[in-house]
Amino acid sequence: MDNGCFSSPRRDFPNGLRVLVVDDDPTWLKILEKMLKKCNYEVTTCCLARHALSLLRERKDGYDIVISDVNMPDMDGFKLLEHVGLEMDLPVIMMSVDGETSRVMKGVQHGACDYLLKPIRMKELRNIWQHVFRKRIHEVRDFENFESFESMHLMTNGSELSEEGNLFALEDMTTTKKRKDLDNKHDDKEFLDSSSSKKARVVWSVDLHQKFVKAVNQIGFDKVGPKKILDLMNVPWLSRENVASHLQKYRLYLSRLQKDNEQKSSPSGMKHSDLPSKDVGNFNFPNSAIKQQNDASIDRCNYSEGTLHHQNMETKSHEGNPKGIVPHSTTAEKARPLTGNITDANIQPFASLESERKHAAFDCTMSTPYSWTDIPKSQLKKEQKPVVHLEDNFNLLPFHGKKHNIQVDQSQSIASISSTPSITEQDVAACIETKPRFSGYKKDYTSSVSSIRSSVDTFPFRPGNLMMNDQPSQPISTTNFGLKTQSSNNLSCISDLESYQRNLLFGGEAASAAPLDEDLYFYWHNMNFGQPNIGMSEYYDPGLLTEVPNHLYDSADYLVIDQGLFIA
Amino acid sequence: MDRNNSRRQLAAMKQSLFDQGHLDEQFIQLEELQDDANPNFVEEIVTLYYRDSSRLISSLEQTLHFCACGRERNPLDFNKLDTIMHQFKGSSSSIGAKKVKAESTLIREYCRTGNAEGCRKSFQQMKKEYVALRKRLENYFQLVRQAGPMERACRPK
Repeated sequence: MDNGCFSSPRRDFPNGLRVLVVDDDPTWLKILEKMLKKCNYEVTTCCLARHALSLLRERKDGYDIVISDVNMPDMDGFKLLEHVGLEMDLPVIMMSVDGETSRVMKGVQHGACDYLLKPIRMKELRNIWQHVFRKRIHEVRDFENFESFESMHLMTNGSELSEEGNLFALEDMTTTKKRKDLDNKHDDKEFLDSSSSKKARVVWSVDLHQKFVKAVNQIGFDKVGPKKILDLMNVPWLSRENVASHLQKYRLYLSRLQKDNEQKSSPSGMKHSDLPSKDVGNFNFPNSAIKQQNDASIDRCNYSEGTLHHQNMETKSHEGNPKGIVPHSTTAEKARPLTGNITDANIQPFASLESERKHAAFDCTMSTPYSWTDIPKSQLKKEQKPVVHLEDNFNLLPFHGKKHNIQVDQSQSIASISSTPSITEQDVAACIETKPRFSGYKKDYTSSVSSIRSSVDTFPFRPGNLMMNDQPSQPISTTNFGLKTQSSNNLSCISDLESYQRNLLFGGEAASAAPLDEDLYFYWHNMNFGQPNIGMSEYYDPGLLTEVPNHLYDSADYLVIDQGLFIA
Repeated sequence: MDRNNSRRQLAAMKQSLFDQGHLDEQFIQLEELQDDANPNFVEEIVTLYYRDSSRLISSLEQTLHFCACGRERNPLDFNKLDTIMHQFKGSSSSIGAKKVKAESTLIREYCRTGNAEGCRKSFQQMKKEYVALRKRLENYFQLVRQAGPMERACRPK
């Protein structure tokens, strides 16, 4: 049976269960050691409680379970029990020669998962693994996507170093998430590492977030409350607490959006009037905050079809956002869990971007993966001419100028959006290159991207004319886009973004066309994962986007495209 | 044969220990734990027990101290006594010293009720049991060593 993984994964769990035995009685210590060894467990003995604690602290996930006597000279067994429970969150079994009900009750009250009476029999020790297993299962239950979370977490950590890494993670997470969804019931597979005994978190996938936003909008932002949302969402495994914390993050996100909008003297209406301002609220997502909250960002990242409504698509220069993409939490979409970078990234209110998208070519671009495929190819080939089609769309959006920082909320990709000036065609192309979710596209994109990459440089972005016709497509350096090394990964991330965006576009309410440039901003940001000098001040090539407009709309998988856009 | 004789003798000794209530099931558990990795496991455990229990008995005697002139120490520290008895009881349970364990429970009960006299009397009794058991076990293991390695621990009938 596949027992999942311990920190030292054992295929033959419960064999090799790492037990720490604490007892001041040397005779019992020896007996227990022998008994546990006979059960094929890994035993460590300790006669002092203090020593036991230091052992546990030294190797945080070095043990699976602790067995301790109640009466010890240096420390009360119950006290040890408390410490272990708090610090290490390991299951603890108490033992004593005294079986008085009051004692047993005290043990249970202090959190012991079992209370054994001495003399202890072998058969009692054989089954202690159940406590470890039980704990794992309970952790996993609340944790929808732990593995993806973890991988995302890992990615995030790595993303500090390179944005590309983030894209990676996205891909991985997507896969993991999918698997996770399937395996949700298979607890044994999700036997988490003891280090994961940090709290299991709910990963807000794109779908889940979408449901969430839908529910919020249905209720009405003013009147929203976790319970109501939970009821509307109708997700059985989700808890009120999960929703409450997500709502909080969402609010923060929206307020940030709002703040950004206000700050940024956005040319015209980035703010979509349509967008229910109430939704936006006043959330400010401080980048740092976002960064800190990997999970939050994950939430953001995970939005699928988003409802843009709230996004204030203000074009915001994201200078401030080193890490570009802010998962767009406002939109309900749950984008695929964004990789680390995204989490790191500032979560730009994607929503605004999204709504813009709707109007803008972005829609096109984002919507279909197919479109992306098309775009890149065409783009690449030409490299000269950015997507022309976009032009129309882009005109809608007043571009602020070269220095757009596209804040791509698409959490997926962008780690940092540089507020550099022109978006090179390549860049745009790169964005588009993002690999759609579908692996099939991946290849295309990758190659596309690379080609794009080669030449990109900067293309001056002209407000209202995203076409980069003027600009020779320059290879988009991977660096710029952060696609460099993990192009495929990037692609996937991007495609996720694309889809996400697409979803946003279609799902959200595009307030007005005006914000298009902001969308571009967003995309751009996404694209500039951490490449401050990408030189893509402008949003990525709208042309690229426009090329596929039709496709986009038709395509079901917006997500793919969204991501593509964000490949910076 | 000598060996067979020894074995038969050992079996008899063990049987009587059980029959007379000196040892209980725990002792058999220990024997079952004995294997090639620990061929003298039971004896090792019993030896550990001797060491630990001797220490505890000294401590008990100190707590229950009878002064040189035969007068008892008063007042008796029941809490301390109880704590030590708890340990002693646990220790005795490790090898299955049935009678010793029973006496320990009695002493603890006297401690609870604050019966100094009861404590002392019970302690005396318990000490007797302890010494007797220890003697028999020491003989037993001596014979075990003489008899040579046994194939398997055998349960008393």
